[in-house]
Amino acid sequence: MLKRFLATHEFRLLIAAIALTVCLALGSPRFLAPQNLLDLLANTAFVGMLASGLLVVLVAGSIDISFTATASIAQYVAILAAGHAGVGLVGTVLIACVIGTLLGMLNAWLVSVLRMSSIIVSIAMLNIYFGLLMLFSNGQQIFSMPDWFPDALSWVVGTAPNGDPYVLNAQIIGLILSFAVTWFLLNRTGIGRQVRALGGNQEAARRVGFRPLRLSLIAFGYLGFTAGLASLVQAQLAQSVTPNVLVGRELNVLAAVVLGGASLAGGQGTVLGTILGVAVLAIMENGFILIGVSSYWSQCFIGLVIIGGVAVIGLERKRQRNHASRVIAGPAMTARTITGGTE
Amino acid sequence: MSLMMSDALKQSVRFKLDPTQRRLLLLLAALVVVFTLILGGGLFSQAALFSMGIQLPEFAILSLAMMLTLLSGGLDLSIIATADLAAVTAAYALHALIPHMGLAGVPIALAAGLGIAVLIGLVNGILIAVLGVSPILATLGTMTAVKGVGLGVTHGGVVSGFPAAVTFLGNGTVYGVPFSLLILAAIAVPLGLMLAKSPLGTFIALTGTDEKVIRYSGVSTRSVILKVYVLSAVLSAIAGFIMMGRFNSANPSYGESYLLVTILAAVLGGVDPNGGFGNIGGVLIALIVLQLISTAFNLLGLNPFLTLAIWGGTLIVTAGLGIARGRLGSIPSLWRRTQ
Amino acid sequence: MTTAANVLELSGISRRFGGVRALSDIDLEVRAGEVHCLAGENGSGKSTLIKIISGVQPPEPGGRIVIGGEPCAHLSAAESIQRGIQVIYQDLSLFPNLTVAENIAIAQHHRPGLVKWSVIRRKADEAMRQLGIQLDLDAYVADLPIAQRQLVAICRAMAADARLVIMDEPTASLTRHEVDALLSLTRQMKSRGIAVMFVSHRLDEVLEVSDRVTVLRNGEKLGTFDAAGMTDRALGELMIGRSFSYETQSFPHPEAPVVLAVDGLSREGDFQDISLCVRRGEILGITGRLGSGRTEFALSLFGMNPADDGRITVDGHELALRHTTREAIAAGIAYVPEDRLTLGLAMRHSIADNLLLTTLKNLAGPVGLVPDGRRIERPRFWIEALGIKAPQSENPVGTLSGGNQQRVVLAKWLATKPRLLILDSPTVGVDIGAKDGIYAAIRELAAEGIAVIVISDEIPEVFYHTHRVVVMQHGRMTGELTPAGCSEVELRRTVDA
Repeated sequence: MLKRFLATHEFRLLIAAIALTVCLALGSPRFLAPQNLLDLLANTAFVGMLASGLLVVLVAGSIDISFTATASIAQYVAILAAGHAGVGLVGTVLIACVIGTLLGMLNAWLVSVLRMSSIIVSIAMLNIYFGLLMLFSNGQQIFSMPDWFPDALSWVVGTAPNGDPYVLNAQIIGLILSFAVTWFLLNRTGIGRQVRALGGNQEAARRVGFRPLRLSLIAFGYLGFTAGLASLVQAQLAQSVTPNVLVGRELNVLAAVVLGGASLAGGQGTVLGTILGVAVLAIMENGFILIGVSSYWSQCFIGLVIIGGVAVIGLERKRQRNHASRVIAGPAMTARTITGGTE
Repeated sequence: MSLMMSDALKQSVRFKLDPTQRRLLLLLAALVVVFTLILGGGLFSQAALFSMGIQLPEFAILSLAMMLTLLSGGLDLSIIATADLAAVTAAYALHALIPHMGLAGVPIALAAGLGIAVLIGLVNGILIAVLGVSPILATLGTMTAVKGVGLGVTHGGVVSGFPAAVTFLGNGTVYGVPFSLLILAAIAVPLGLMLAKSPLGTFIALTGTDEKVIRYSGVSTRSVILKVYVLSAVLSAIAGFIMMGRFNSANPSYGESYLLVTILAAVLGGVDPNGGFGNIGGVLIALIVLQLISTAFNLLGLNPFLTLAIWGGTLIVTAGLGIARGRLGSIPSLWRRTQ
Repeated sequence: MTTAANVLELSGISRRFGGVRALSDIDLEVRAGEVHCLAGENGSGKSTLIKIISGVQPPEPGGRIVIGGEPCAHLSAAESIQRGIQVIYQDLSLFPNLTVAENIAIAQHHRPGLVKWSVIRRKADEAMRQLGIQLDLDAYVADLPIAQRQLVAICRAMAADARLVIMDEPTASLTRHEVDALLSLTRQMKSRGIAVMFVSHRLDEVLEVSDRVTVLRNGEKLGTFDAAGMTDRALGELMIGRSFSYETQSFPHPEAPVVLAVDGLSREGDFQDISLCVRRGEILGITGRLGSGRTEFALSLFGMNPADDGRITVDGHELALRHTTREAIAAGIAYVPEDRLTLGLAMRHSIADNLLLTTLKNLAGPVGLVPDGRRIERPRFWIEALGIKAPQSENPVGTLSGGNQQRVVLAKWLATKPRLLILDSPTVGVDIGAKDGIYAAIRELAAEGIAVIVISDEIPEVFYHTHRVVVMQHGRMTGELTPAGCSEVELRRTVDA
């Protein structure tokens, strides 16, 4: 069992994460301070929660990059309702999640029923959602939160040496919860396993009686649901709602999930890998700030990490494919390899 | 004998339009009528036409870059970032060289920008062709890194102030025709010939749909893909120079919303988003249609965000229609013919 | 007559596609625990019949399907599975990213709610035990060789409580050993009362293990026969509707110049120490079971699978071991893979583009553009030369009939003026009737001076249609025979040794 783990991509990523942490801790002692780590978790919540949702879509064999626009819409409408219509915590969460789920399912429908390339659909939908949101909101920020909002779901769990409280807040809870739920969905539910099977070989899934449209709706819907939750968590962190600030970060989320081992072809990717992917990118960003690297350069480094990461994964896959075709050794197989997914 | 003659006849009618091009020209005509009715003659005043002519080339060249990568079965998300970085590189080179060598520094600065673009194209090509990385991921990575380099070098600012020789690229005219339009023509014609008549053009299209087949036929798909992505990057750089000329400044974050429009122009112009099919004529007509709509919307005072949403909707409708046509249309039923 | 002992009964099954009658009034019964073979060429209606049995397609009204004694009106795929019909397709329809256990027990995932991993393991274990197979339950199917994947597919059918397992061309990619294992597995299933239906064109294997054979031709059933009294020749004659006899070929010019000389060619893991030569106008057959390294060897000549050691000489010029495909083509080597159509034709592109693919670079003018005249004239030449029925060379090649598509592939390669033409399994998937045409074409090409290598695992094919046969096993040459001077049995013995 352990031996199998050592050969996986996740293990290598774990090593990378540990190495990074060690380097940064040496470079800046503030890095390992509990307060910094808690802040790091809270700041990573948005991207992390979205990553856990996106993982499900990638595992299903599709891709969606419109979820930041979905999140923006869910956030705007829900907070508006909370502030002006007096909707309570449960209502706000419900609104955000329902909007997110419905918008996600719309993408699924377009991709499945119209059989369009999922990347093009999501680029188009991203712009439709974003354009309409900016149109109707006039780009206006919302600063007036309901009273219960800023401190919802936070508990003090300790005190720092300098007297500041350690807070377990909605961000951290959201982050942990979304990874836990995703893990549960993908590993313990029949639906989750059907999703993984679909990503591995769509035609076989159909023949075994799994329904691709239904599974797509569930996967994209789950991503939308997560986007709704993540948007509220982010709104609380920022103490405001800005309609155009979330869009643009979708590629960071995709980068994290892909770094974690998910494949665009479908059927691959684990929650552990995604957590590590998110962690590596977040640690790097945080580390740069602490070391004093200009934030202008941090994006460049992240881009290089992405390039490096996909290059390494590409090499790993190539080696695997060569090994497999030797093992199979037959002209029929070299022509008819078992592949799945859409991309 | 009659078979030979019918083929020869077809080839002699050189300006035969394919169905997509015909449909687009009809659409263009209809839009001209509609917009003239709504906006009156203002839409086709010399000023309006000139402004369209000035804005079109940079979009067009970027769209041609996107078209190339789509034809090969991929997608290049990094074209805008490459355009911006090439411009920023040239900008810094200009500032460094002009004081010392005057206008002789201009071609050198532009060459530097092109060099950066070639490098980016090579990275993309190697990731995709040699390492087998999905084009979306590869170009996502380069896009992020390239934009990051631009931001890092400029500290988020812009570089401005160029000699007239450079602004001429974006704003100059030759006998009343915008110079950038001439650059577009100088690119589109050879590119069109290459795609339609050269072996490379055929190989690019076939890489998009049947990579294994051409490999077994002795074509190096590796070299084809490398050429596609380097060419795409070089075209992006040229577009970047035109933008730099037009705005007299180079900005690493400029034009991110253009990505959607370039894809839209390609798909509207008949390029199959999954690769293999499409031609320059269709894309150019589609660009004229989009430019016309964009200018009309501007004159109508439409919220630019509404325009963005409309572009997205148009892409969905166009791609969806294309697929519906394909499914209901000729190819599947012809395939079912048995011996 | 409906007997409870029949697991499947079909009566009056017909099916039409447009104006074409794929099946006419088929009656069929499969007894419980029987091994029944469905034999027929392409176009005979076998696949359509399988689709109807598995509920994927409905029969024309008037047809009756009875499974396990119970009539089924409007049979759906789900119902067919439920009633115990399991089809194992040629591509196995497995999930490479899931484990063996999960693949075998995949039907469990239909249950709502949570996954019970212990139940999945148990079901997988049970299925394996019933068949006497041992596989690593935690291995990923992607890492398994084809023979083991097939075992997973069969276990999956068992785990789904199949009463009738239909296997579509199961032996196509197996070595001799593995075929034996599969056949004994079939006997195991039989002893458990599970009926097995083979759809196969490998007549010799099929007869070995079957109880009865049903022959289809042109959508009609010719009859159901006891396998015991049948020979594969008789079966073949039934399938095409006429008798055929061949004579062995002798090479008329034993002193012709050598076109290809291979000396001690080796590639780690694929083949070792291959030395042979082929002369102008000679047809060399290379045979042996899958896993023998024949295709890998051919690909090494073609530049796709470079050898580590040895020498390759074409017409006296040595080829570097790590040469590219382009260099191979320039040297005069052409290779037509087994999967001729998928790997040889870009279906949605024009016939002209496909024909020109291999020679496009040579046709380009000084500026690098190919003149329009050549783009029309060259395809026209080949269309006429090979009698390809194509109204317009701009049509997608996918609109041509199968036979014409094969001709386009051949034309594409003939356009490179090859000195050596390597044909890998040239008649796989081709009707027995059309095979003759291919053999004739091969003889014609040889007569024109092209050296031809035919790679095939059908012993009669290499025996009767080549001048000389080289036998390979596990990557080594184990024999070289001249058909004119030996018997088919001798050849078979060398292959099976």
